[in-house]
Amino acid sequence: MARIIGGITTSHIPAVGNAIARELFDDPYWKPFFDGYPPVRKWLKENKPDVAIVIYNDHGLNFFLDKMPTFAIGAAFEYRNEDEGWGIPTLPPFKGDPKLSWHLINALVADEFDICSCQEMAVDHGFTVPMQLMWPGLESAPRAIPININTVQQPMPSPARCYKLGQAIGRAIESYPEDVKVVVLGTGGLSHQLDGTRAGFINKEFDLMCMDRIVDHPEELARMSSLDLVRQAGAQGAEFVLWLAMRGALSGKVTKLAGNYHIPISNTGAGMLLLENAA
Amino acid sequence: MSTSTITEPIPGTILFDGEQAMKGYALNKMCFSFNRADNREAFKRDEEAYCDAYGLNEQQKQAIRRRNVLEMLEAGGNIYYLAKFAGIFGLTVQDVGAQQTGMTVEEFKEMLVKQGE
Repeated sequence: MARIIGGITTSHIPAVGNAIARELFDDPYWKPFFDGYPPVRKWLKENKPDVAIVIYNDHGLNFFLDKMPTFAIGAAFEYRNEDEGWGIPTLPPFKGDPKLSWHLINALVADEFDICSCQEMAVDHGFTVPMQLMWPGLESAPRAIPININTVQQPMPSPARCYKLGQAIGRAIESYPEDVKVVVLGTGGLSHQLDGTRAGFINKEFDLMCMDRIVDHPEELARMSSLDLVRQAGAQGAEFVLWLAMRGALSGKVTKLAGNYHIPISNTGAGMLLLENAA
Repeated sequence: MSTSTITEPIPGTILFDGEQAMKGYALNKMCFSFNRADNREAFKRDEEAYCDAYGLNEQQKQAIRRRNVLEMLEAGGNIYYLAKFAGIFGLTVQDVGAQQTGMTVEEFKEMLVKQGE
């Protein structure tokens, strides 16, 4: 039987992709950020997940406003990135797991989550940066399944709905007959705002509260509305729903094994958590 | 029951909802095209012709000519697509943030650092 061995949250700021390409790991600006990741990499090396489910948001690479799905799941044999318009490095293709993707799609639709299936899906920094952070060089990266949640256009799915999606993902994995170990990544956040005269807004107190409460009391955070999130975490801080979706997928005994928070990376309060999901 | 997504305004924030998405469709569609390098080159070769090909209105064209992000937002732009326009000029999110808040880039970066203290 498949099982979820843990969940990881991390910010997915595009500038991190450039910093990785330029190997700025010990640069004074970047060091407090990159120093958070070795414990996570060690845990991944020891626990060897076969599949990473990556819950992220597309930022206008794969999806345009002509058709904007609320929830979309990749069902491809491989996923490629592109330069996204500002010349970020293109990477070797990421290997998919279409069989598990279709199991997820079938199970989620049966569970009343009417998602959009994607046999072709360009993945942007929301997906690639976390993969690079977890598996440097990407040679040891497991098969990956991207799950996209709309945070581009209102109305966005509520935090409660995203948390429930995560719970449905958890049930779907548990019903998969193959013996695979799955890690779930929730990417994006924490507080940041790129647009408007409030650009540059960061809310440290709120971010730290979210990082604390999501471990044992995620349902409290899921009671916020999307607009509460925009108000408290900034227009793009609404990406926190991706963390909540990850947390929903963990149904066992959840233990925080590592965490890191640093301001600023680019315009963002950058957060990371490693949560183990024991049976 | 109202179907509006807006409850009360959030200072300094334009929520990108259905109304903005309709207003900014042409502008955002043009910026989405900048995912491709050949389209970025075509824009640089003849900006006005490129804007016309995507059917931008005068307000949107003026905002593009003036490289003014707040005006682009006002005209229905979505920041994720506008970021690809900014990318043509090598601008970072700090450059874009500084422009919108009327700070120098150094002042803007300083403001970000201070929020971590």
